[in-house]
Amino acid sequence: MTIFIPTPLRPFASNHDAVEVNAATIAEALAALTQAHPDLQKHLFTGDGKLRAFVNLYLNDEDVRYLPEKEATAVTPTDTLSIIPSIAGGC
Amino acid sequence: MSILKISTAVYNEIRAHGEQTYPHECCGALLGNSVDGVWHVQAAVPAGNTRTDSAHNRYHIAPVELVKIERDARKQGLSIAGFYHSHPDHPAQWSVTDLAEAHWLGCCYVITAVAQGKATLTNSFLLAGATEEDKRFETQTVLVDEQSIPPPAN
Repeated sequence: MTIFIPTPLRPFASNHDAVEVNAATIAEALAALTQAHPDLQKHLFTGDGKLRAFVNLYLNDEDVRYLPEKEATAVTPTDTLSIIPSIAGGC
Repeated sequence: MSILKISTAVYNEIRAHGEQTYPHECCGALLGNSVDGVWHVQAAVPAGNTRTDSAHNRYHIAPVELVKIERDARKQGLSIAGFYHSHPDHPAQWSVTDLAEAHWLGCCYVITAVAQGKATLTNSFLLAGATEEDKRFETQTVLVDEQSIPPPAN
C-alpha cells in the first residue's frame, strides 16, 4: 500500500512524499514505515507507543478512528493511508 | 529570518476570505514548494471552519478536507506549505492556542487581523523546532510579488 507523508514529516522520511510498504493491516503498515524510517517514530508515536493525539490517519477517505477494527483493519496493495496532523487554533 | 514568498493574487485572496467570514475566523491551506528553504506559495485553498461553536475566536479544519486538499496538491506537483486563518478584531499575532494546536513543523502559519470587517495586517510565522516538544513560532518575512509586505490600507 501507499502511505502519504505530510510536509512536516518528509525530512524524517528521506524527503519522500509517499512510501510504499507491504502490509496486511494498518498497524503493520505503520510498523513497516517506521522500520524503514526510524526517525518518524517519535513524531508519530508517544513514548509508550500510542499514536500521538494530533495525528490523524485516513485509510483512503475513512478516518481510522471510526473503523470497527481501527488500526487492525486489513489493507490491500491498492489502498492509501494518509497521515494528517491536525490543524486548529484561534485568537 | 525565514522568508515566505506569495503572489499578490493569493495574498489578496486570503485577506478577502477573512473579510468574508468576519466576525468569524476564516481558515485554509497554502500550497507551494520549498526552494532552498524558502516557501513559494502558489495557491490558497479555502477550508470550512468546523468550530461553529466558537467561530469568532477558534478555527479547525476537518482532517478529511485536508486529505483531499493534499491529494489535489500532489496532482499539481505542490505541497501543503502551511495554513492561514484570520483574527477578527484581534492582532495578527500568534496566540497560545495557535501554538498549542500547531503541529506542521517547518510550515507557515499566516494570520490576518480583520478589524471591523476590514483586513489590516497580515503576518506569517514559521513553526520551527525539531520536535513537538521544542516547537516555536518564528516571525517570517513576507514577500508579496518579491516586495516587502505592503502597509495596511486605511
